[in-house]
Amino acid sequence: MTAYLARRVLQAVAVVLLVTLIVFGLIRLAPGGAAVGVLGSGSAHQQFLVEYLTWLGHVLTGNLGRSLRLNESVGALLAASLPRTLVLAGLSTLIALLIAVPVGLIQAVRRNSAIDHVLRGLTYLLYGAPPFVLGLLLILYLAVDAHIFGAEGPQAPGIGGFITDPRDLTLPVATLTLVTIAIFARYMRSSALDSLGQEYVEAARARGGREGRVVVSHVLRNSLVPVVTLLGLSLPQIVGGALVVEILFNIQGMGWQIWQAAVNHDFPVTLGFTLVIGVAAALGSMLADIGYAVLDPRVRTWQP
Amino acid sequence: MTAHQAAPDDRPPLRGVRGALGVSLAGAGSAEPAAAPVRGSRGRHAGPAVSPPGAAAHRAAMAGRVRRGLAACRAYPTATAGGVIIVAMAAFCFLGPLVYHTDQTHVFLSQANLGPRSGHLFGTDGDGQDELGRLMKGGQVSLELAAIAGILAALLGSLWGAVAGYLGGVADAVMMRVVDAAIAIPAVVLLLLLMSIYQPSTALLVVVIAATSWLSTARLVRAEAVTLRIREYVQAAVVMGGGSLRIILRHIAPNAVGTIVVNVTFQIANAILILATLSFLGLGVQFPSLDWGDMIAGAAQTISDGYWWEILAPGVAITLVVAAFAMLGDGLRDAFAADGYDVTQAASDSVRPVTDQGEL
Repeated sequence: MTAYLARRVLQAVAVVLLVTLIVFGLIRLAPGGAAVGVLGSGSAHQQFLVEYLTWLGHVLTGNLGRSLRLNESVGALLAASLPRTLVLAGLSTLIALLIAVPVGLIQAVRRNSAIDHVLRGLTYLLYGAPPFVLGLLLILYLAVDAHIFGAEGPQAPGIGGFITDPRDLTLPVATLTLVTIAIFARYMRSSALDSLGQEYVEAARARGGREGRVVVSHVLRNSLVPVVTLLGLSLPQIVGGALVVEILFNIQGMGWQIWQAAVNHDFPVTLGFTLVIGVAAALGSMLADIGYAVLDPRVRTWQP
Repeated sequence: MTAHQAAPDDRPPLRGVRGALGVSLAGAGSAEPAAAPVRGSRGRHAGPAVSPPGAAAHRAAMAGRVRRGLAACRAYPTATAGGVIIVAMAAFCFLGPLVYHTDQTHVFLSQANLGPRSGHLFGTDGDGQDELGRLMKGGQVSLELAAIAGILAALLGSLWGAVAGYLGGVADAVMMRVVDAAIAIPAVVLLLLLMSIYQPSTALLVVVIAATSWLSTARLVRAEAVTLRIREYVQAAVVMGGGSLRIILRHIAPNAVGTIVVNVTFQIANAILILATLSFLGLGVQFPSLDWGDMIAGAAQTISDGYWWEILAPGVAITLVVAAFAMLGDGLRDAFAADGYDVTQAASDSVRPVTDQGEL
């Protein structure tokens, strides 16, 4: 286990360094004074490596630079927008899991039945629907026509007002939930199908266990392991979905900030935010793998 | 692979793509298609075992092939449904304008935002242009660009993955860590960045979409290449002095064809979604060209007026086509798996098997 852990942590360090290199490369690609804006004057004549190391030093000490457009540091913008994205993505992922896990399990247990076909069809449609289409349709029918919910996300300045506004928070969360269900339900179905074919399920049945008990304590438990670790791996996808939802519902989260910065050529902000998201995703992927190894001992000893 | 391997559906064995392609004539006369052990090593190599003399025999062979094709369609209804939807949508977009003529150049403000009615079955948009005609025109752009970008991404990813998996060792580790790092940054964010750095153009759009989506394919093909590398025929080619490039192109890539073909469908589905998202955000296809995402972006401006048809029509079109490509991909994977190909978990799940981590 220690060897596996060490190897995986080393990998994550390499990946995080590569993420910084990609982001830095993008700064250099950007035309005009982008590099100077991020790195300070005098940078134009320096060597790539010197520049990179200087920038890395700044980043490591928490200095992500200043916005070219707003009189704020990138760190302050991050602190203001991160909680909103966390609440939005966290709530949606939680609800999506609560729906997708039973749905996938039912599909697997009742494979090729009418309910399986209907749910599969629905999952395909959710997979195919872009987040903004789902969001617009929800706005159209539940906000514009029926006046049940707000057409815009909560606009309160603080995070406290953001959470305590169910009327405005419902539609963004519902949109991102629908998008995320499509990721998890398909996966839960194949994971549960896989568990159903295992010998321990057969053994539990042979011992005379009731079918419901077998499904819950053997199939569900074992197929949850990969699904829960999927959480760590699907971070980039969920953040990508959150970006579209934030733009659509005018929620000043991280995705919205990146979009504003990208459209207005505010490179320090886009790059700082991209860096934070990339590093978080790399760490999430590492935690997922380690979590999986803790839960499933077979992974640790597996040699490629 | 442990619990991660997606379980293929319980299809009858050996009734899949090879049977449909008419690998052997053994089952030509019988209703049970290609149920016998499949002959020939690869579908494309295997012709009829014996050349049938005469036109009658040729017709019989054709009929058998058609019958087997239909049987394969019945065996994989998901793939068939997906394929039918894709063909129907392509016909609608590319052949539709030949039958259904609309004026897509002039603005008719007096006709703006009309609901569905006779003459405008799907209503009109904010410029008073017929929504059905725009759906066809926009669909052409969406499908064309997504197909090119998707195929490009799958090719790039396959090559990267095959090279990494075949070379192994340090090269493999470095190449796959690059994939890990690039996949950590959400594609939409990367695309926003790139499209804001450069002037948007159609060619750039295709290249950028491909450049941000080949990563999942690379992982899957690499996993395949790692297992192919140690096969006898690859080892034999190495011993006979075959160069790395030759071995990758002639032995690794053709044998990973199941994984690659399945991935092309998912890459195209993904490209349609990404293109629509970029266009919706105003960074995609530029005026006067338009795609389905642009149509929705236009409708989103006036959403408080309740012009539902302007969102529903392109929204349903995107959803149907993407779902159809995913269905085709899933079905093809099952078919390849039933044919004995070892198709690595498809990109739809877009999760790498945990055990797939190479050495650092």
